[in-house]
Amino acid sequence: MAKLAKSPWLLHYDGSSCNGCDIEVLACTTPKYDVERFGIINTGDPFQADILMVTGGVNHQSENVIKQIYSQMPDPKVVVAVGICACTGGVFKECYNIKGGVDTVIPVDVYVPGCAARPESIIDGVVKALEILEKKREAYAARKKAGA
Amino acid sequence: MDAVRVILYILLAPVIGGLLDGLDRRISARMQGRQGPPILQPFYDLSKLFSKEMIAVNNVQMLLNLSYLVFFVIAGSMLFAGADILMCLFLVSTADMFLVMAASSDSSPYSSIGANREMVQLMACEPMLLLLAVGFYLATGSFQVSEIVSGDISAIAAMPGFLIGFLFITGVKLRKSPFDLSTSHHAHQEVVKGLTTEMSGTTFAIMTITEYYEMVMLLGIVALFFANSTWWSWIIAVLFCLIAFFIEVFIDNVSARVKWDKLLGGCWAVTLVAGGLNGLILMIIQ
Amino acid sequence: MGIIPILILWPALAALILPVMPSHRLRAAVVYTASAGMMIFAVILLAGWISAGGGTTVTLYAETELADHLMIAGDLVLMAVVTVLSIRYRKYPVIFLSVAQTFGVIWAELVHPAHGGMHMRVDGLSLLLSMIAAFVGGMICIYAVGYMKAYHEHHKEYKDRTGFFLSMLFLFLAAMFGLVLSENLIWMYFFWEITSVVSFLLIGYTRTEEAIINCFRALWMNLLGGLGFAIAIIYMSLELGTVQLTDAVMLKAALPVAMLAFAALIKSAQLPFSSWLLGAMVAPTPSSALLHSATMVKAGVYLLIRLAPALSGSLSGQLVSFIGGFTFIVASMMAIAQTDGKKILAFSTISNLGLIVACTGIGVEETIWAAILLMIFHSVAKSMLFQAVGSIENSLGTRDVEAMHGLILRLPKLTYIVGIGIAGMYLAPFGMLISKWVALKSFIDAHNYLLVVFVAFGSASTMLYWTKWLSKLISMHRTNEPVTDKTHVDQYISMYMHAAIMLLLCLLLPWISFHIVEPIVKTLFGNAHEVLSMGVLTTMAIMLISIIFVPAVMFVLTDNARRQYVPIYMSGANKGDNTYFINSFGEPEHLYLRNWYMKPQFGMDKLMGPSTVVAAGVLIVIMTMIIGGVM
Repeated sequence: MAKLAKSPWLLHYDGSSCNGCDIEVLACTTPKYDVERFGIINTGDPFQADILMVTGGVNHQSENVIKQIYSQMPDPKVVVAVGICACTGGVFKECYNIKGGVDTVIPVDVYVPGCAARPESIIDGVVKALEILEKKREAYAARKKAGA
Repeated sequence: MDAVRVILYILLAPVIGGLLDGLDRRISARMQGRQGPPILQPFYDLSKLFSKEMIAVNNVQMLLNLSYLVFFVIAGSMLFAGADILMCLFLVSTADMFLVMAASSDSSPYSSIGANREMVQLMACEPMLLLLAVGFYLATGSFQVSEIVSGDISAIAAMPGFLIGFLFITGVKLRKSPFDLSTSHHAHQEVVKGLTTEMSGTTFAIMTITEYYEMVMLLGIVALFFANSTWWSWIIAVLFCLIAFFIEVFIDNVSARVKWDKLLGGCWAVTLVAGGLNGLILMIIQ
Repeated sequence: MGIIPILILWPALAALILPVMPSHRLRAAVVYTASAGMMIFAVILLAGWISAGGGTTVTLYAETELADHLMIAGDLVLMAVVTVLSIRYRKYPVIFLSVAQTFGVIWAELVHPAHGGMHMRVDGLSLLLSMIAAFVGGMICIYAVGYMKAYHEHHKEYKDRTGFFLSMLFLFLAAMFGLVLSENLIWMYFFWEITSVVSFLLIGYTRTEEAIINCFRALWMNLLGGLGFAIAIIYMSLELGTVQLTDAVMLKAALPVAMLAFAALIKSAQLPFSSWLLGAMVAPTPSSALLHSATMVKAGVYLLIRLAPALSGSLSGQLVSFIGGFTFIVASMMAIAQTDGKKILAFSTISNLGLIVACTGIGVEETIWAAILLMIFHSVAKSMLFQAVGSIENSLGTRDVEAMHGLILRLPKLTYIVGIGIAGMYLAPFGMLISKWVALKSFIDAHNYLLVVFVAFGSASTMLYWTKWLSKLISMHRTNEPVTDKTHVDQYISMYMHAAIMLLLCLLLPWISFHIVEPIVKTLFGNAHEVLSMGVLTTMAIMLISIIFVPAVMFVLTDNARRQYVPIYMSGANKGDNTYFINSFGEPEHLYLRNWYMKPQFGMDKLMGPSTVVAAGVLIVIMTMIIGGVM
């Protein structure tokens, strides 16, 4: 695993989460789980992020925001849906104000189930995302080469 | 000899800066009871940043950021070539101004707050930097770095106050807490990424590399306090640079961020008391 | 050298005929002719001086009875103007100041005439000031032609007195030539008073209540300075039997030197007398550029440079350097809290003059070198900045710096001019910075640590207010509000010329140092060693090349880089473009970015009072000591 895989920076967005998954995402950065040892940084800035991590289902307010911050992330990038709400809409799926999972708005690469998702599974999801990221990077580099 | 030093600075400063940054992150992690990233992590980050797609919000930010880098390299080269330290510090201010302009050019809320805070940080540091040059002139009789380091005794003997003042503002310059107002190396803050919010991929990599040049240059100035004509003074100088760096990392980990008026007031007060008094005494003694 | 009377009378003639010119076209023709003539005559004078050997001091006009009498008449006319206007606006104390000094000087001249001595002197310094007056002043007059037209289109509420306005500008220039070429103090006093009165009339141009208050403030302060000047003349003719400026400097007579320095401090708007220059900003921009930044306030500095050898090491010198250094730091701090572009320029002018004044107070070769160089750069850069801000005001309808957000996309030409001006004012390695470097070095050598601290802190705040402004201009903010550039071609001619001169000054700095500034210092002090060593010059060359080429090269490098343009980050709430975002009610809200002004910390109401008290206290105490020492 080269380049990207060694330094994946996260952007965490809360679609409409109950904060359960958010707490778990933050727990990943604590001494117990310490994701920084994999070079993972929770940056707050789409311009510098490689992985968009969304918690909670998508509602009509967060829909445009997710689209926009996704568009502000430079290629190659991956999306990780954390928690069952982000994956499918979860128990809120049928609510009048919920569109459903994140994949109703932007393409999702990795689904991390759970309510709330456990830090171990979040880290596992990120590691899975890294493989996809690396593939995307190769594809992007090939595309760039062909383009230039 | 000068040319060799300049070339070494240009080539090695990013490497040394990156290693120090890696060390910083490792030490910080250990202080927080974490394992922390590998020492080479900053280089992984850099190589990733260069491989990303170029996205931008305007067509001038990249140019201004590159100018920031080049001016910093020139300023640092002047220091390591043994040129005039006052000129060198003036050029540092000019370089910083390009960073402020790069951030302002976005016309975005977070980066303009960052840019404004950066300006306050520059204003907070400027008097100490100028007085520092004055201090070296008083202590060694010259603004020329080459003459400052060729004295019989180290400058620190005459200017301990200046060293305290300089270490204080080094915290601001290195963007260490409690003075990391304009942008921080730590995640999640109220101004997103401050003045680097809209910097992405290559542009952000340039900014990071410039910070490494800056770090090495600041440590170079710390070394100026200790270096003299004897060879072993250089060992002490390098040792003290590492100690100074450790002190900055330590303070970074034990303090919370201050507001801008505390930063400005604090820096100016320390400048006036530590640098001002030290300089006054030097001038009276002469 | 016979050209001198023509040089003085030519703009005076223009001043006479301009008010009666009936149309804009005719006025423009007169202004262009007069300005061109002025520049040509100044060059002829310079050429004459160089062909006469150059580097020498030429003194002229031993017997001048007719001119002396005309000047007495002129003094009386000025007094009459002041008196009439003061009565009309019920400002009676001003009359006392005017009458006292006018009759004092006339009494000294008639009852105790000082015999012998020349009345005029041509040397490097006076020629330099003449060139600044002719070229910068001439171009400002050309600028004024277009500006006043736009000004009255924009301000219909004021009566159009353009002819009078232009006439005053030329009258001022005539006086300025006289002032810098005079050797006899009575002559110099006459021209000095003209500049005070012209400044007063120009500040009151709009005749609004604010303008009237401000113009009388400028008048009484400058007349107070004139009174100091008059006292110096009276004392010299009574005690020393001479009214030559050179004699005052050579004899190092404490009282006249202190009094002349006092007059000069007021003219240069130093604390505690800075408020008149701030008030002067109500006047139309050309007068701010010409009188209140580029030339008239330089008359004070000019006199101080002349006095420098006498100031060096004396109590007056310490007073002058303290007041200058103190003004430098306080004015630069107050500039931070200003939003009005012209106010910022005014504070910056006061602040920079403070630095020059501090240099003259130390009065050694290096500081005078720095002072002269600062003076040259400041004249050109500030004149350009004032003109650009005036043009921006005519186009935008405001000169608020906040309104200049993203000006680079709206008025690019004017923005570049402002940018060059600002860069010239504070960026490495332009002249201002080199001068600051030299000044700092010589302040240390002079063992004046207070000044060193003033410069260190003042530089920091100077940097803040310029960077703030520059970053406002460069914001790439696309708005849909249409802006039309209402700048007339006359204005652009002048501004482009200024920009060209500015860049030339930067490129030719070593040449200027060796061939203009150092000979002047040599004339003043009898000797001069090289201020700029080869090492410094090399460093400077590297810096200069880098500041011009680095951004240019980077532009070429990055221009073709493929980029994906995305909106700015507003937490994902942009409304598509970069100017609106969706607020919490789901409605579009305009993005408005504001600079920091730190009014609670650096506001004028916070700092002006205490600093005036401090400066006035120091001034009074030291002046008392000087006068007490003489008695």
